[in-house]
Amino acid sequence: MTVGYEPWDKARGAEIIAEHAGLEGATLVILHALQEAFGYVPEPAIPMVAEALNLSRAEVHGVFTFYHDFRKQPAGRHVLKLCRAEACQAAGGDALAARAEAKLGVALGNTTADDRVTLEPIYCLGLCATAPSAMLDGRVVGRLDEARIDALVAEAQR
Amino acid sequence: MTMRIFIPRDAGAVAVGADDVALAFEQAAAARGMPVEIVRTGSRGLYWLEPMVELATAQGRVGFGPATPADVPSLLDAMAGNGQHALRLGVTNEIPWLKRQTRLTFTRCGVIDPRSVDDYRAHGGYKGLERALTLTSDQILADVTTSGLRGRGGAGFPTGIKWKTVAQASADRKYIVCNADEGDSGTFADRMIMEGDPFVVIEGMTIAGITVGATKGYIYIRSEYPHAVDAMNAAIVAARRAGLLGKRIGGSAHEFDLEVRVGAGAYVCGEETSLLESLEGRRGIVRAKPPLPAHKGLFGRPSVINNVLSFAAIPFILDNGARAYADFGMGRSRGTMPIQLAGNIRYGGLFETAFGVTLGELVDEIGGGTFTGREVRAVQVGGPLGAYFPRALFDTPFDYEAFAARDGLIGHGGIVVFDDSVDMAKQARFAMEFCAVESCGKCTPCRIGSTRGVETINKIINGERVAENLAVVEDLCNTMKFGSLCALGGFTPYPVMSALKHFREDFGGDLGPAPARLQAAE
Repeated sequence: MTVGYEPWDKARGAEIIAEHAGLEGATLVILHALQEAFGYVPEPAIPMVAEALNLSRAEVHGVFTFYHDFRKQPAGRHVLKLCRAEACQAAGGDALAARAEAKLGVALGNTTADDRVTLEPIYCLGLCATAPSAMLDGRVVGRLDEARIDALVAEAQR
Repeated sequence: MTMRIFIPRDAGAVAVGADDVALAFEQAAAARGMPVEIVRTGSRGLYWLEPMVELATAQGRVGFGPATPADVPSLLDAMAGNGQHALRLGVTNEIPWLKRQTRLTFTRCGVIDPRSVDDYRAHGGYKGLERALTLTSDQILADVTTSGLRGRGGAGFPTGIKWKTVAQASADRKYIVCNADEGDSGTFADRMIMEGDPFVVIEGMTIAGITVGATKGYIYIRSEYPHAVDAMNAAIVAARRAGLLGKRIGGSAHEFDLEVRVGAGAYVCGEETSLLESLEGRRGIVRAKPPLPAHKGLFGRPSVINNVLSFAAIPFILDNGARAYADFGMGRSRGTMPIQLAGNIRYGGLFETAFGVTLGELVDEIGGGTFTGREVRAVQVGGPLGAYFPRALFDTPFDYEAFAARDGLIGHGGIVVFDDSVDMAKQARFAMEFCAVESCGKCTPCRIGSTRGVETINKIINGERVAENLAVVEDLCNTMKFGSLCALGGFTPYPVMSALKHFREDFGGDLGPAPARLQAAE
């Protein structure tokens, strides 16, 4: 369970949905808000969103699954995103990603068995002139080298 | 006297320690009882010097960098004393890398406090809107058209024509949409300007709104840019408070307001019709055109949809006149382009200059070659959908048509440099993989072609029937290029084919002749 998130609660979910339901094209806004509160988009929330927006469950489920950002289940305690796009590849990002995978014992896109760290690829943080780059729980880090990636991994494991 | 110190809050600077440096300055100044005002700015775009700290002096701002928290005590000594320090860069505006640029769009970026309307105004901001409010819609359209401004997102469509189409459409509502889904690797100009000078984007969108008769605008920012989202939201609140958004903007009869919407990690949403779908709350599935967004765009209403840099170019044009902008550039590429130098490069950053500079000048002279010190082997221009250029093509001038004539594109102006350790077969496969992952799935050439592309390039890498499989890749590329609905499937062939054409030796085996050039898609 990721630290700092509320446990799923139907009433709280309904409150979040109601807060944004009046916006034009509210689906993504609501899914983001739910994930911000609970750390993921709980499945029981999908039909609630559909009903609030007068959409079918299939439509909301389609939106939820289309976008990479939305999670079906909570992430690990820390989320380490490594930029895997071309500028970071050019700057040695491939080797650093492999190093992080080896240190954590999981491939990109997975969470460690102790639920501490979710390691994810990200396609461009826009830090391409200070590549390779990464983001640990929302904090950006550039000019990665072996020592820095090791420090980031160690911080995430703490 | 209070010292004024400027430290970027730009994500690129923060990623290399700007927040720690700012904190160290605060603490050290407090401990010494020195009166210091720290202003958090955007970045000047000289990223190898970040975190770059600037001090206001009688001669102008003097830069120091790259600074670490450990440098702060000695930097404070230098700033309070004679100014000498090992990290001293001199008067920032005189740094050759910056001085060589023509900053029209980025003139204030890294200079002003991005949260202060007053600072923006003190540096010439909102003069474009002031003038626009004295003009008719037709007069503004004439200026935008005469400036020669073309869409900076990559497609290069003339902005004036787009705006005119929306202005002439009649509807109960119209929208202004800013495409800030800057997903291309190697590009960060949108991020920088949103973080460093967000009001210029707001001003450009406001001018668009009063020109075409739209009262509502959306800025669709990718979720990978949380700093830009914060900066734009803060600027919108400040602009509203100053009466520059909302009803009766700037005391006029015009109404215009803005809202930020955040993407959710889908690259394809940078495609304009997919972005509109996403804004409407749906999956980012590309729409067939026509109808054009200018006729039926957001929520079916006529919509201007432009890139961040297109909107950000508008205030200069309105303030200084269309000619002042059009005087820069070459051929049909008028004005300046904020070029982004990235990847394995010594002097990476934002280099805004008139069109016409050659790729070689950008990579070798301005960029200083690779930071690994190895030979430059390939540069990818224009993001994941852009072609890889070898040194033999470094005489190509930065211009929409010149790049197209060499089977490439300038796209959003990103240049990613690779040294001689690059494996171009791997890069070609990555282009197909990326397309396969990010395809919205609506059209077959993109959805299936990219997956078949990955499989086939894998066979080539494994040495299986190389010549025949190369022919399959070329065939797939042609199908994708001519049969895809949007640029994702349509342009993925650029990196693949350019890798095949210019770096054929990386694909192994006895390969036969290089492929003939692809015909233009248009």
